[in-house]
Amino acid sequence: MSTLPLLAARGLSVTIAGIRVCHDLDFCVRAGERWAILGCNGAGKTTLLHTLAGLRPPDGGTIELDGRALDALAAREMALIRGLLPQDDGDAFGATVLETALIGRHPHIPRWQWEGENDVRIAREALQALDIAHAETRDVRTLSGGERRRVALAALFAQMPRLFMLDEPSSHLDLAHQLALLESLAAFTRDARAVIMVLHDINLAARFCDHVLILDKGHAIAGSAQELLTSERLSRTYGVRLRKLGEEGIAVFAPE
Amino acid sequence: MSRVPAFPAFAALASIVLAAFAVAIGSGSVALDPAAVLRALVGAGDATARGIVQELRLPRAIAAFATGGSLALAGAILQVLLRNPLADPYVLGVSGGAAAGALLAMLLGAAAWATPIGAFGGALASAALVFALARGSGAWSPIRLLLTGVIMASGWGALVALILTLAPETQLRGMLFWLIGDLSSAPAAWTPLTIAVFGVAAIMPFARDLNVLARGESVAAALGVSVTRLPWLLFALSALLTAVAVTTAGAIGFVGLIVPNGVRLLLGNDQRILLPASALAGGALLLLADTAARLLLAPAQLPVGVVTALIGVPVFLYLLLRER
Repeated sequence: MSTLPLLAARGLSVTIAGIRVCHDLDFCVRAGERWAILGCNGAGKTTLLHTLAGLRPPDGGTIELDGRALDALAAREMALIRGLLPQDDGDAFGATVLETALIGRHPHIPRWQWEGENDVRIAREALQALDIAHAETRDVRTLSGGERRRVALAALFAQMPRLFMLDEPSSHLDLAHQLALLESLAAFTRDARAVIMVLHDINLAARFCDHVLILDKGHAIAGSAQELLTSERLSRTYGVRLRKLGEEGIAVFAPE
Repeated sequence: MSRVPAFPAFAALASIVLAAFAVAIGSGSVALDPAAVLRALVGAGDATARGIVQELRLPRAIAAFATGGSLALAGAILQVLLRNPLADPYVLGVSGGAAAGALLAMLLGAAAWATPIGAFGGALASAALVFALARGSGAWSPIRLLLTGVIMASGWGALVALILTLAPETQLRGMLFWLIGDLSSAPAAWTPLTIAVFGVAAIMPFARDLNVLARGESVAAALGVSVTRLPWLLFALSALLTAVAVTTAGAIGFVGLIVPNGVRLLLGNDQRILLPASALAGGALLLLADTAARLLLAPAQLPVGVVTALIGVPVFLYLLLRER
């Protein structure tokens, strides 16, 4: 196992539409770690995630993926290291659930080749892992929001990246599937992989993440969950007085 | 991955294309039996039959096939680019720009050869304008692109109406025929065919990238598709194909809309199948529509655009309703 971080940001500055998301931010994500990006609506969580994923250039600083600068990597090389689950923006065209999951195999297949048996097997396993394999032949547009989200996640699992970057992976999911998803992500990270995800639910972050990156009015702070997830800091970030409950093992934050 | 195995689908399409050619070349105001047509095709038989088949029916059939194929391919490409199944060169105003350019050339009394150049210039200018305006802040916004195109199309429509008002009586009939779409005066047939084949060959290496792009721009970017360069290729190819189609046959609507959507319903949305299948099906459809236009009211000839619009409008409305 290499000791190189999977993702490293140095002096990172990100702005969107003149609003500062973070300034001179340093942090790195190592294999086995699970990161949550927290912050209010409009704090720039998605922008930061897309910047870290190489979809838009940072305003300052450098980002390294698996030890190589992002701008030195071709789009396809990046796709073999990190995978991104964007927010759900609907499907314009019909496609079956299996076809949609197979999209994740794209960077692994040479230009002139078609998906092979191995790709289909991987896609089916991913659908199985997300408990949506029974809908394999259905049109994605006939699924519910939560089911579509699981299909999109299956495509990401089929991509088999080492770094999972997820934008609100739990949105639209019912409680059982939220927990199941985060359990399977946790299982993945035991295998020299890492996860960084935008989460709305502080309690899911507290339960599954060992590190957090908190965006607070243009000021970002990164560190261990244990250190940063305190009721004082979260109350300040979200502008709501929060109290920490359930001290035994699993922390739960509730508004006072 | 497709709903229908690719090989039988293409075999069926190829037979439809061959049948459409057979019908188009075998029928017309001069009755020729199949044997005479075959003899004429291979350069034997009497001179009149050879002239009719080789100089009239075959070039017109090839021009119709190439035009239909180009329009269907342009429509299929635009639909992925805009992630909207209602996109089509006609709806987006590219054909409108070509029509305005061609009529302007006619109004200014330019020589006959200048009309296609006017059309070509108008199509490219319109496409460039639509895409430049829609690009706006830097991101490709499908909805903005579609809206810009629709507005441009109505603008071109107004310009065309103005030109028709100003045009002298003697030019009106020719202009109207050109506007509705007409293959009877199609120029050299091999040029549009070459460009249609080039279009298919140029897009096929990117067909799987288009599959990914159809899922959304962020998904495509994250999976290694160049979302900055690929849209430019799609834009340039669809503009070129539309310009050539309009130059060959005038503004023929709806082929780019109904064909890719029909193929999508039957064969699924895998672009590796959809793009070549749309080109073949579009070619066959326009070839049959043009043959119908020649025969229905013979000896009078209907403009082929009337036939495609009569099929296209109900299909467009049906698709719109299905979109919920």
